[in-house]
Formats: sequence, C-alpha cells, structure tokens
Amino acid sequence: MEAAVSVENISKSYGPHQALAGIDMEIRKGTLFGLIGPDGAGKTSLIRILTTLLYPEKGKATVFGYDTVREFRKIRKITGYMPGRFSLYHDLSVEENLAFYARIFGTTVKENYHLIKEIYQQIEPFKKRLAKELSGGMKQKLALSCALIHKPDILFLDEPTYGVDAVSRKEFWEMLRGLKNSGITIVVSTAYMDEAEQCDTIALMQQGALLDMNTPENIRNGFGRALYAVKSEHMHRLVKDLRAYPDALTAFPFGSTIHLTTREVLDQRKLKTFLAGKGHQNITVKVTPPGIEDCFMNLMQKQDD
Amino acid sequence: MANDRLTFSVRKGEILGFLGANGAGKTTAIKILCGIAAPTSGKVQVAGYDAVKYPEKIKQSIGYMSQKFSLYDDLTVRENFRLYGGIYGLSRKKIRQRTAELLNRLHMNDYQHKILASLPLGWKQKLAFSVAIMHHPQVVFLDEPTSGVDPVTRRQFWELIYEASEEGKTIFVTTHYMDEAEYCDTVSMMVAGQIRAMGEPEALKKEYGVASVNELFIQLARN
Repeated sequence: MEAAVSVENISKSYGPHQALAGIDMEIRKGTLFGLIGPDGAGKTSLIRILTTLLYPEKGKATVFGYDTVREFRKIRKITGYMPGRFSLYHDLSVEENLAFYARIFGTTVKENYHLIKEIYQQIEPFKKRLAKELSGGMKQKLALSCALIHKPDILFLDEPTYGVDAVSRKEFWEMLRGLKNSGITIVVSTAYMDEAEQCDTIALMQQGALLDMNTPENIRNGFGRALYAVKSEHMHRLVKDLRAYPDALTAFPFGSTIHLTTREVLDQRKLKTFLAGKGHQNITVKVTPPGIEDCFMNLMQKQDD
Repeated sequence: MANDRLTFSVRKGEILGFLGANGAGKTTAIKILCGIAAPTSGKVQVAGYDAVKYPEKIKQSIGYMSQKFSLYDDLTVRENFRLYGGIYGLSRKKIRQRTAELLNRLHMNDYQHKILASLPLGWKQKLAFSVAIMHHPQVVFLDEPTSGVDPVTRRQFWELIYEASEEGKTIFVTTHYMDEAEYCDTVSMMVAGQIRAMGEPEALKKEYGVASVNELFIQLARN
C-alpha cells in the first residue's frame, strides 16, 4: 500500500532544546495512526512539520508524495488540521465558522455536507450560537467539522482529547473510526496510552525520539517478559514492598493492582510468603497481559539504560 | 445550575477522587471549597472553617495546584518556593527549611537555581505539588495534576500524594485518568451538578457490577 506520510530523519530544535531527534516514520494510506507520548515527546512539532507550518531542521518529509517544504501549497489543499488549541473563531457563530472554513478552501458547506453530517448534526441545533459559548465537547465537534469540510485526504488531530473526560473521549474515538471507514487517513496524537488501542498503527514517542512503531498488538507481544498483577489489603505499602523483593525488576501501580516484572520466572509461593512476612493479607498474584502503557514504560527504561 | 444540593464530607488524611464529566460541576465545587466562590445556598466547612464567613482562613489552610496554573516559568526553582512561602506567610527561616526538605525529597537539590522553564513537565508538576504543601496545609486540592505527564512520572506523583496523606493531609484530586481513580480511598462521581455515587472504589465496583472505575464512570455519566 502507498504511503500517506513518509518521514526521513527529521530533526527540529528550539534553541538548545531538541524537540525531534532524527525521526523516521511511514504512515500508510487509509489507516488510523496514533502518535503516543507525554508532553515534550515531539508530537506537536512533528504534526506542525507535516502540516507545513514548521520547517524541519534536518531530514525530509512527504505527505501524499508532496514535499512538506517545496510543495506546501499542495499539501495544504488535501490536509485537514485540528490543532491542540482550538482553531475556531470565537466571535463567529457555529454555522459562520463552518462556512468560513469551507470558503477559504474554495468549497461550500452544501457540497461536502455528507462528510460531516453525522458529527455536525449533533451541534446543528445550536448553529446560531457563538463558538465561545459552546461547551468543550461541542467545540470539539465543530472544530472537527471545520477540519473536514474541504474533504481532505488526510486529517491531522493534535491531542483532540486533552483534558476531555472518559466518556467524551470514547465518543470521540468512535467518530474517528467512522471517518477512517470513509477512507480518510487519520493521524492523531495523544498522551492517554489507553487510546492507543483504538489505532491501527502507533508510534510511541518520548523526548523527541521514537521508542517503537507497530500495531498495538505487535507492541504488546513484544513486551518480552511475564507480567504479574499483584493485590493485597495494603495497596499503598505494596509497591514499596514489591520493589524490595530480591527478584523484582519493576513494580508500578496500575489501577486496582500493582504490575510486577521479575528477573526470573516468578515463584508465586515464594513471593506470597515474602509479602505475608511484611504483614500483607489477602494476597493475589495473577499473570496479566501487558497493555500499551506497560510497554511504553518498559521501552522508556530500556532507553535510560 | 452548576451544583445542585451537594452533600458530602471528607475525613482527615483521606484521598478523595473527585470525578465527573466535563461540565458536571467539579470546578464550581472546588472554587467554593477553596473560598473563592460563594455558594448560592447551603453550608460549607473546610479545615474547620465556614467557607462563606471565613474564606481567608480557608485560604491559609489549603494548598492548591492545577495543570493550567502552577509555578512561574521565569523564576528559578528556589525563587518559586520563596515566592509562595512568602504568600503563605511563612518566615524566611521556615521557607529555607521547607525548601531544603522538599527538594531533598525530590532529589532536586542540584536544580534549585535552574529556571523553571528549563525543566521537564513531570518535574515541574512534582515541584508544584511540593510548593502547594510547603505551608503544611490541612487540605490539598489537585486539579488534573498529572495531565500530559509520562507514565512513570505520573506514578511517582501518586507516591507523593500517598506520603502527604500519611502525614494527615486531606487530598482532593480530579483526574481524567481512570486508573488513578483506583488509587483513591474514596471516589465521588458528579453528574449534572449532583454526586451520583460516592464510596470506596472496590465497594462501588461491586455495587454497580463493573470491573473498573472507568466502566462505572461511563455507566453513570452516560445515563
């Protein structure tokens, strides 16, 4: 399959701070691609380079075959972009914002209404309302509609779910899957690791570097060692006690359990005896499949070593 | 109506996860509890003080930190401590002593003369938390303190929260990471200005027949 985005050895610095340190990446057409990483990973810089808003310092990137520096005009025609901070005009109404975006791309709302229908219908009852008076969720839907109204081949979304509650995040990802099924290539960045599972392919990023890039399933399969979920009645103390276990490699809280990795295959009876000796009761130890966040933390540590 | 007849209490040293969808009324409730907004009706007591009559007393007894506003980027680490220590009314000696204690705890002594802007976000968040507790407040409000922070630092941050709770400080925390809700002693779930559910995470999961606080959140916020 043809590449929608190709990135070769891209670097970018802001003064002494290196935001991107030689990134290589390929995104296939028609996929939902996730840039996953915390603040400072370089996600926004990369998206700004791909949307032609920023020059790379070194390296080369193409979007649908067009060079991001030389052929930026062509890229802008086929690209939809929803920046992290809202792109809406607060003193225009909902319908005025939409009409404005359609017009600067030389199209009309009517011509491409079918593309945004499912999303826009949810805010259409409020079309006379000023954008600044919308709730966060409604602004998000309007910004997405505006980014789609010129029928882009590729859509870039920079942390669309930042600060958004778990329910609205779930709904937003359902919208993205629907868009993907209509054939648009989608590149989305997020710091929420649980959202990685919604993507076809993900790039795990940290401090300007690529830790890994693959399907979520392959990344999980590459975890490389057994992972255990441990529980007891004293959860606050349990992390420290697990770290003191001679064979322990890592112990991190994960929701209602502690995720533990060990150097050798875990002798569960030995661990339980050890914990009981520290005063823990109702100890349970279960093998658990690693999630993307486990993998991310594992890769972070490998990089530090 | 942002808050509709809210009734709840939090005991000393408790970690309360204050959860709810965007627009459920969390921010309004926190503003009232911090003494910076007055309730239309009802009574609020924080750290033993009536929030309507003695908002200034409350401000001296609480710490506050949020993702959006924390420390001053163009001051050094040390200067931030000095500034906030002064605002909280601590003596110079006390400020020096607490700064040393808290920086030691974070292993950041070598960075005390660095400009804040030069530090990674995760460090800034830990420093912001330390500044928020430097005057030994009885109650600490944390508004999405870990948003955007890497997964390892996010967990180290929670260890700081546990320590503060063990010292007897009451912690009020909002988060969109549902795994963090599981770390709280109690969670409350706000829906449309009301607390729809409140209790220990394990007990609530049993009561609603769900496997995680995330599922509980989705179930309550959607209906």
